[in-house]
Amino acid sequence: MTFLHVLMASLVVSMFLCLYRVMAGPTPADRTVSVDILGVLMVGFCAVLTAMTGRDVYMIVGVSWSLLSFVATLALAKHLEGRSFDD
Amino acid sequence: MTEWTFGTVAAAVVMAAGALFNLLGCIGLVRLPDVYNRVQASTKCVTLGTLLLLTGVIILFGFGSMGVKALVCLWFVAMTSPTAAHAIGRAAHRSGIRLWEKSVCDEYAKDREGAVEAPAGSPPAEEVAR
Repeated sequence: MTFLHVLMASLVVSMFLCLYRVMAGPTPADRTVSVDILGVLMVGFCAVLTAMTGRDVYMIVGVSWSLLSFVATLALAKHLEGRSFDD
Repeated sequence: MTEWTFGTVAAAVVMAAGALFNLLGCIGLVRLPDVYNRVQASTKCVTLGTLLLLTGVIILFGFGSMGVKALVCLWFVAMTSPTAAHAIGRAAHRSGIRLWEKSVCDEYAKDREGAVEAPAGSPPAEEVAR
């Protein structure tokens, strides 16, 4: 039970709070916000994994996860606005 | 992180602050009453927390194979996360989600009344029920 395990536990608690908002959010915008925040939290979790293991594979996962989360959030926001994906 | 030198202590302090910001942002995401309040609380706190965690990785490893990737990831998160939050807030307002009933000001509705030829009689924030 080192210091980085405590950081990982607090990040997992944060992710479960986000998942509660995904399940209980009254509007679709709440769920979209929660999925976006979950992606950013996952990037931080990859940073803690990099500090724990000392391997750079997790940092590559974090970079690609941040970009994919951004594209997915923009697509969901555009769908929420009622437009199609090509205008 | 087994031996405690100056660099590891500095990285530990920065990463602990980042995890604390993440946790407070997610508590705000659960506790606040409105979509717009949730967007502003969670996005600002979680973006700053993730930037602090990536800064801790840079302090811990220097600008080597991992530090440069952490710097690239920090740049991406700092650029994309506020943009995504802005897109979500704009889409939520345009899809007709109402504000909290104790909100005092809706500037974007005033701007859209001037810009969009809305049908007379109904303000745009209340024309679609959620």
